[in-house]
Amino acid sequence: MTRLARITAFIVALLVPCLSALGELRFPPPEFESGYRFPEMAPLPVARPALYEYIDAALLVVALLLASYLILRRRSRRAIFGLMILALFYFGFVRDGCICPIGAIQNVTLTVFDSTYAIPLAAAAFFVIPLVFTLFCGRVFCGAVCPLGAIQDAVLIHPVRVPRWLESGLRLLAYTYLGAAVLFAAIGSAFLICRYDPFVGFFRLNGNWNILVLGVSLLVIGLFVGRPYCRFLCPYGVILRQLSRLSKRRVTITPSECIKCRLCEDACPFGAIREPTEDWPEGEYKIAKRRLTLFLLLLPVLVAAGGWAGYSLKERLARVHPRVRTAERVYLEETGQVTGTTNASDAFRTTGQTSEALYKEATEIRGQFAVGGAWLGVFIGFVAGGKLMALSVRRRRTEYEADPASCLACGRCYKYCPKEHERRKKTREAVGGR
Amino acid sequence: MANDKENLTRRKFLREGLWGACLAGTGTAAGLSIARNNRDNTVWQIDPYKCIACGNCATFCVLENSAVKCVQAYAICGYCDLCTGYLVPEPKALDTGAENELCPTGAIKRTYVEDPYYEYTIDESLCNGCGKCVNGCAAFGNGSLFLQVRHDRCKNCNECAIAAACPSQAFKRVPADQPYLLKKVDAKE
Repeated sequence: MTRLARITAFIVALLVPCLSALGELRFPPPEFESGYRFPEMAPLPVARPALYEYIDAALLVVALLLASYLILRRRSRRAIFGLMILALFYFGFVRDGCICPIGAIQNVTLTVFDSTYAIPLAAAAFFVIPLVFTLFCGRVFCGAVCPLGAIQDAVLIHPVRVPRWLESGLRLLAYTYLGAAVLFAAIGSAFLICRYDPFVGFFRLNGNWNILVLGVSLLVIGLFVGRPYCRFLCPYGVILRQLSRLSKRRVTITPSECIKCRLCEDACPFGAIREPTEDWPEGEYKIAKRRLTLFLLLLPVLVAAGGWAGYSLKERLARVHPRVRTAERVYLEETGQVTGTTNASDAFRTTGQTSEALYKEATEIRGQFAVGGAWLGVFIGFVAGGKLMALSVRRRRTEYEADPASCLACGRCYKYCPKEHERRKKTREAVGGR
Repeated sequence: MANDKENLTRRKFLREGLWGACLAGTGTAAGLSIARNNRDNTVWQIDPYKCIACGNCATFCVLENSAVKCVQAYAICGYCDLCTGYLVPEPKALDTGAENELCPTGAIKRTYVEDPYYEYTIDESLCNGCGKCVNGCAAFGNGSLFLQVRHDRCKNCNECAIAAACPSQAFKRVPADQPYLLKKVDAKE
């Protein structure tokens, strides 16, 4: 009996592919005689309740309020460091580094460009709240709340000074990264920032080998160059820089007035302290003026070159999109240029779509990338031109101050200021005298 | 001197204006997000009818041990003796010997029910989501084995690494209160 059943089953198994129609079971469910019942399916684990998202957003607000207080009022590096480690622990290790404001840029971009996309509430909150805080208090998010900043800040042991021109040049990477992330998120093909998040693997103690290597290298660089990701790569940092220029309040090195003692000159590991400047010396002024004019004339050239370069990269950029890749593969297969199929082309054929429809879709996406790529190029050209110009103007400054854009609000410079010591002494006396 | 002062106020005016514009901008972003939000939390899931069990789930997940596991829909299962999800295409013998098993981690348990039927159960702690059994079952069986994202393991990444690598666009975001896309029995008729 058993043997017979086996043989029948085997023959049936061989025949079924020919006989079976879609949506029909090849083997009818057995009618058991022994009273067997289907086992209860083990309850499937539920997803994280939405409530936690609200808790995360609330914790973000609390952390930012506390950070603003510690950075602007209390002015204590030790307290800021403590908060930073707590934030690293919660937003990093407990929450697995997701969602973060840096990645939320892409969710917001997708919301703008794709009307069918519903943004998670947490993503929207994580994008907007730090921006608002930056408008009021400067980059307090970078200083004490961002887990990516914190993990780099914690390993910084021997800061090396990076020349201003190099720092400014390297920062072009961050602008490019922001532009590319927005472009790819807008056309709906990829979330680059998440894909190449260097530290998320540490937070999860688990992850892709290549990205872990990238993260470790950034941390090794970070031993000597303070917060390399924040300064040269972070796309969210680019937005915060610009908003921080406008902020109502921000980090001041001295609590009262600067006495130009130069003690804080080397205090900042991120090169954000600007020394007082004189006007250009007579001879140099002329050269600088000429240089500025040249750069001003160069700006349209850079913008045009960027736009053209971005446009001509459209084929390559579009290849990031899975539909375009599938279309290219299917085309190669159908024109006989390659033999064999891939998973993607097989999957496409099972959908029953015509290849013409697929090609049309791919052409559309390529067109979008042509426009988007050109815009990306224009943006990069514009930023590069702006940077050249910014390097050749000199702003008059009468005291040592933290550069509003570059200052990461870590609070390291406070204790270098003799005026700060005076202030602390006074506070201590006031507290003690009470 | 007077000129200087005027300049200062102009600069201040510009600054204030820009500041206001930025605040309005973030406000717009927030408003737009709230307007577009469907208030449903979403999570990643695999549409079993689109999945081609290519094996990417086992290798592309950000977790070393993938969040994707195989699920057995007993009501669809044929309880075959010669299970093509359990056994390699040409088994040396019809038994549970490791050389005959298709599953690379031995995560499928075969239990005798009654002649000629066998029950197949997934041991989730062993399953790595490679989909070999899914493929075998779909090719010659009823297709009762399929892959699902397990939400106790899934980190709900902003961009799912498996979704990005999925050749059949089987990954999609689903409401968090109904986080599974299970194969239904009524699909047979």
